[in-house]
Amino acid sequence: MNDTSTHIKDPVLSIRNLHVSYDKGKYAVKDVSAEIKRNSVTAIMGPSGCGKSTLLRAINRMHELYENIETKGDILLNGNDIFKMPTIELRKMAGMVFQRPNPFPTMSIYDNVIAGYKLNGIRMKRSQRDEIVERSLRDVTLWGEVKDTLYKKGTFLSGGQQQRLCIARALAFDPEVILLDEPTSALDPVATAKIEDLLVKLKENYSIIMVTHNMSQAARISDYSMFMYLGELVEYGKTKDMFTNPKDRRTEEYLTGKFG
Amino acid sequence: MAATQKIEITNLKYRTLKDRVIKGIIIAFSLITISPIILIIYKLIEKGIRQISFDFILKTPPNTFEAMTAITNGEIIPGGIANGITGTLLMVLLASALAIPVGIVTGIYLYENPGKFLANLTRNVSDILQGVPSIVLGLIAYIWVVKHITNGYSALAGSVSLSIMMLPMIVRSTEETLKMIPQTIKEAALALGVPYYKVILKILIPTGFSGLLTGILLGISRVLGETAPLMLTALGSSIINFDISKPTSAIPLLIWEFYNDPNMVDLIWSSSLLLMFIVLTLNIISKQIASRTK
Repeated sequence: MNDTSTHIKDPVLSIRNLHVSYDKGKYAVKDVSAEIKRNSVTAIMGPSGCGKSTLLRAINRMHELYENIETKGDILLNGNDIFKMPTIELRKMAGMVFQRPNPFPTMSIYDNVIAGYKLNGIRMKRSQRDEIVERSLRDVTLWGEVKDTLYKKGTFLSGGQQQRLCIARALAFDPEVILLDEPTSALDPVATAKIEDLLVKLKENYSIIMVTHNMSQAARISDYSMFMYLGELVEYGKTKDMFTNPKDRRTEEYLTGKFG
Repeated sequence: MAATQKIEITNLKYRTLKDRVIKGIIIAFSLITISPIILIIYKLIEKGIRQISFDFILKTPPNTFEAMTAITNGEIIPGGIANGITGTLLMVLLASALAIPVGIVTGIYLYENPGKFLANLTRNVSDILQGVPSIVLGLIAYIWVVKHITNGYSALAGSVSLSIMMLPMIVRSTEETLKMIPQTIKEAALALGVPYYKVILKILIPTGFSGLLTGILLGISRVLGETAPLMLTALGSSIINFDISKPTSAIPLLIWEFYNDPNMVDLIWSSSLLLMFIVLTLNIISKQIASRTK
């Protein structure tokens, strides 16, 4: 393995010797080990098909939805083995935001935010629900824009607003980790900037892991960066260090635009 | 140089002409396509409208003698087709109750397991089922239900044959509708830790609801006019019947009966008009729902 020995005290996540294969013997993620720092933004970079989304999706066990995908290795969330947790507990603690905004089309903005509770049959008082919706929407700076239209369909919002709504939906559970899979790739620059500001603000209370295609985005907002290539974690370290002084030749070539 | 230019001008004239002729042909054929439905509706209204009244909906058909008297006196035929309307309603409702749950659940199964052997088999068999002549479905219902369950012609037997007709349409429309829902919506729900069955019940079905409804309405409008399978199963009845184990009438069965009675011919038109009206309405509603959600 290459130098992935970045040592982090009290990591929120520890990934140990993780392998993910779509076909037997063909690994999309090969022997990845990394510790993720609490209350920071960690970016996963790499060319298409390098396994960055696959790694991210392993963290909240999305791969279990597809029969042919096999996962080996350990992932610890706050020291607990995620493969031994009930999926609902895990997914409450590790919220996910996808590439394209995907609010539930039949639900209002309000119901979208509270969907995780509602769909899991978690009952609570009306006032409690209102509080969660307001807090989550304030967290994503959407409250001011939608507070008068909470009962309108979420799909009426603009793309950037929809994506912030989806982040609010994940925040409603007050998760430990937020996993974002290229959250701005479907958005225009203004909406992208808003989401980036938001992520920087959110790291005060949450740990953020973000897959991104966009190197400058990783440079702008992440504290730590991973560079993946062909399923391997080539390099992992402080973003500043990696961008100024990459240790691996492949990282350097990627960052300077020689491939990717 | 000049010569080629001249050729181009004559060419252009010829081409414009050709263009117009072909446009004309296309419009003509389109008109030919829509003319049957216009002629049908025109004829049905022309011949049938004077029979339509409250009595027509609320009363059962007259006997041949009453009809003959009315015709010779130049009056409209008394009575109506209430037994047919209630029978059609009863059998279509029962057929829907049988076919909708099975069809939707099967459609969900096909959508969830696209490559599986059983799913492929089910999909192909369902397609074949759609091509089975309706009279054969009537025969099957006759053997299964008339012979062995109700021991006689019955509304239940009619409903079973109609539900088998509806089934493949509902299966297919369910699968197609669910396929149109983006995978990411499903993943969003699963990423919230929502259990699988709730994703189907609370996310997929509500999201695809209008598509499912369209499939169901088209299925219903398809079986509303079915005559052949009902002849072998429900048989027909001159009274209003709500007992599913008894012979029951239906609008298309009555049309056939009126056709065989020279004195009742006028009632063919009004019954057909009513049937056509119901089918068209259902079709328009389902088109509206489909277009609104696209």
